Amino acid sequence: MHMNADQSEEALSRLVEPGRVHRRIYTDPAIFELEMSRIFGAAWTYVGHESQIKHPGDYFCTRVARKSLVVVRGQDGEIRALHNQCAHRGAMVVANDAGCTGEFQCCYHGWTYHLDGRLKAVPLNHGYPDDFDPRSPNTAMVQVPRVKSYRGFIFLSLAAQGQSFEDFIGYMKTSLDDMVDRAPDGEIEVAGGVFKHTYNGNWKLYLENLCDAAHPWFTHRSSIAAAEQQKDDVYSDGSGEIAIRQMRQNGAPYSFWESQVGIWTYPNGHSYLGDYHDDAKLVAAMNDPTFQEYFAALEARKGKAETQRIMEVRRWNSNIYPNLSMMSQFQQLRVIHPVAVDRTVVHTFCFKLRGAPEQMFRNAISFANVVNGTGSLVLTDDLEIYNRITLGLGSEGAEWLQIGRGYKSDVPDAHGGRKGKNSTSEVYIRNMFDAWRGYMLGKADATSRHEAVA
Amino acid sequence: MTILDTEARSSAPIMAKMDLRTCEAFLIHEARLLDEGHFDAWLALFTPDARYWVPSQPGQMSPFDTVSLMYDDRRLLETRVRRLADPRIYSQEPRSRTSRIVTNLSLEPGGSEPGQIVRSKFILVEFRREEQRLFAGTYTHRLVGDGDTRRIAMKRVDLVNCDAPLDGLVVPF
Repeated sequence: MHMNADQSEEALSRLVEPGRVHRRIYTDPAIFELEMSRIFGAAWTYVGHESQIKHPGDYFCTRVARKSLVVVRGQDGEIRALHNQCAHRGAMVVANDAGCTGEFQCCYHGWTYHLDGRLKAVPLNHGYPDDFDPRSPNTAMVQVPRVKSYRGFIFLSLAAQGQSFEDFIGYMKTSLDDMVDRAPDGEIEVAGGVFKHTYNGNWKLYLENLCDAAHPWFTHRSSIAAAEQQKDDVYSDGSGEIAIRQMRQNGAPYSFWESQVGIWTYPNGHSYLGDYHDDAKLVAAMNDPTFQEYFAALEARKGKAETQRIMEVRRWNSNIYPNLSMMSQFQQLRVIHPVAVDRTVVHTFCFKLRGAPEQMFRNAISFANVVNGTGSLVLTDDLEIYNRITLGLGSEGAEWLQIGRGYKSDVPDAHGGRKGKNSTSEVYIRNMFDAWRGYMLGKADATSRHEAVA
Repeated sequence: MTILDTEARSSAPIMAKMDLRTCEAFLIHEARLLDEGHFDAWLALFTPDARYWVPSQPGQMSPFDTVSLMYDDRRLLETRVRRLADPRIYSQEPRSRTSRIVTNLSLEPGGSEPGQIVRSKFILVEFRREEQRLFAGTYTHRLVGDGDTRRIAMKRVDLVNCDAPLDGLVVPF
């Protein structure tokens, strides 16, 4: 292995070339540690949605860069994130995944904190030295320096300084907008539980697969064939119908991916796969009663022109580097949690659109089961791929991995990004590695993309 | 559903036909079909409008408002089983080997739907590619019919770790 390999800027820089990356990027624990501090410790990462903490005192726990955090709505309504550690002896203070509380109390000696992390009370407080100051930041649960909520999506940066959220998200805020705009009442809420899946592989592999239009026809052929052979007159309560339609859609021939689907990328590693589904292909097809009801609700609240604009946003997976992927047509969201260089956990969520027919949410649940479910007929083959990449990289095969597909034919996009000639371009992977270089080489603005492809 | 409610049972004539011993034999037969990879034969145990459900949350009330590790109506269950036979099912290359123990059976009072609710505990060991995984939980079967016509109208599988991060689940529970 390359445990003690050179980590200088120059050495790191050499690992990424325009059309290929060095295998060490996926296997070297030292590089993973650097990624945790330089990417996950600096970038804006998605942690949750405001609907998970509607009321003062509501909180949930999460991890960023493996650090245990509490995200909480204070009595003043502000959202803050705290490092989940007692300032006394270091114990994790909040042990429940989520809840509502007036204060946080450590189970070890009873140190108690306000929701903004300030120390509130200490039992036996006469016994501490004279310079013990309960108002000092040294006796608080430490706040994460930067937290930003954009239309309900909560992001944070563990770094006090750096790129603003607005610069970080750039044009990709339109994907966040799309999720919210699709709600007739203009509000969405997290609902329907969480899937947690895991694999023995690097975190980057997950994001690199989500816009990969060249793999479904091959990787998912068992579910495609099984779905194509399925008789449609067999009993379904609607759940199976959605699943089977999606699996058949995965079986679109290469010509479809090359002629109708597109891939768009933007600075800081973000990208989306577009025009894969439109509403005629969705289960909520134009002549579907549920979709008609939904369409009417949208028109009633937003008007004809705005409804048409919303419906013409046709994005499959939108990936916001380094830890978020979302899909607004079926209200799905995934959060990527790196655990180790060869271990990743992904949490997936569904959103309920306020003002939409109840059946829409039921469709979102059925869709989640087939696309994000741990027992899905589709995702299980993706997980197998991630595991196999780790096993493959455990050999001493090719030193450089290819990410050059479409390299010569990518073109600029009107919003400052770059798009593939068609969806099978690996431009979205190259784009992520441009961001990777930017973060890893200490250029927090990660604007190296055009240098990298120059 | 807690313990036997004899009054509820005696009020349902269909239930009276089922006794613990034949239910146990049926569940052991089902487990054997799964362990031996006879998935078509396993599918044939289900009624035409059957549902097969592995919730994602402890005590999950509905498959429609919350995601499920598996929730198959008959149409999706047929597709799931057909995929298991496909030689290109990469997540089963190599195949899993499984061994299940089904025990602690009890007959439970049913709801409004026909048939007999049978609750049991299971332990399932899955071995694949140098790794052995251990699953445990509760089976809830709703069985209808008798003798050779006995079928599964509903099967619910509550894993003790249903909300844990899990690698892919391919072989049915």
